[in-house]
Amino acid sequence: MSAIDLIIEVLSWIFITSGAVFVVIGAVGTLRFPDFWSRLHAASITDSAGMILLVAGMCLQAGPTLITVKLLIIGAFLFITGPTSTHAIANAALVTGLRPVEGKDLEADAPLPLTTKGGTDG
Amino acid sequence: MFIVAMFALFAAMILVLVRLYAGPTLYDRVLAVNSFGTHTVLFIGVLGFLTERPEFLDIALLYALINFVGTIAILKYFRYRAIGDIHQMPTDQEIGK
Repeated sequence: MSAIDLIIEVLSWIFITSGAVFVVIGAVGTLRFPDFWSRLHAASITDSAGMILLVAGMCLQAGPTLITVKLLIIGAFLFITGPTSTHAIANAALVTGLRPVEGKDLEADAPLPLTTKGGTDG
Repeated sequence: MFIVAMFALFAAMILVLVRLYAGPTLYDRVLAVNSFGTHTVLFIGVLGFLTERPEFLDIALLYALINFVGTIAILKYFRYRAIGDIHQMPTDQEIGK
């Protein structure tokens, strides 16, 4: 194994493991944050950092083949549609009357201060 | 290394499913479904590499398309109460009353 192969292997290791870490961070934030708007922020970590790092690591593993092209297409598509979906969800929530809570007591142990005005209990 | 990524994605999918079940508002659930779809796309890709069959990426691409269209369709349905031509629908003021 030449030096360049070793460098590519180590780089893809780093990319894939850090992408996995970012995915788990985003999921934990989606579960644990107290408010819808902060959960929205946490969920977009997965869409941006985790997705980009995982796709980059898999591209480095695949080498210059058709698989890399498919991975890049998937990455470009998710790169565009992830923020679009997040913006659409936030816009719909804002239009139907869900507002961010401005307060001091936002610990996870406090009762959730969510307001569900506007008939959002689908 | 793909095993690590696969288990991380699996754990993340379970956490997002818990939020999907618990989420107090509708938009929490839509957000969880969208996030779950992104996780699924990445999971299918990683699984293809793990089993040495990267042809799974076609399925992942299709799933990404369906996920985006599905999210937009759900949001449109819950805003306008119909999925279809927007000119024949009640306006926001009529819905609000």
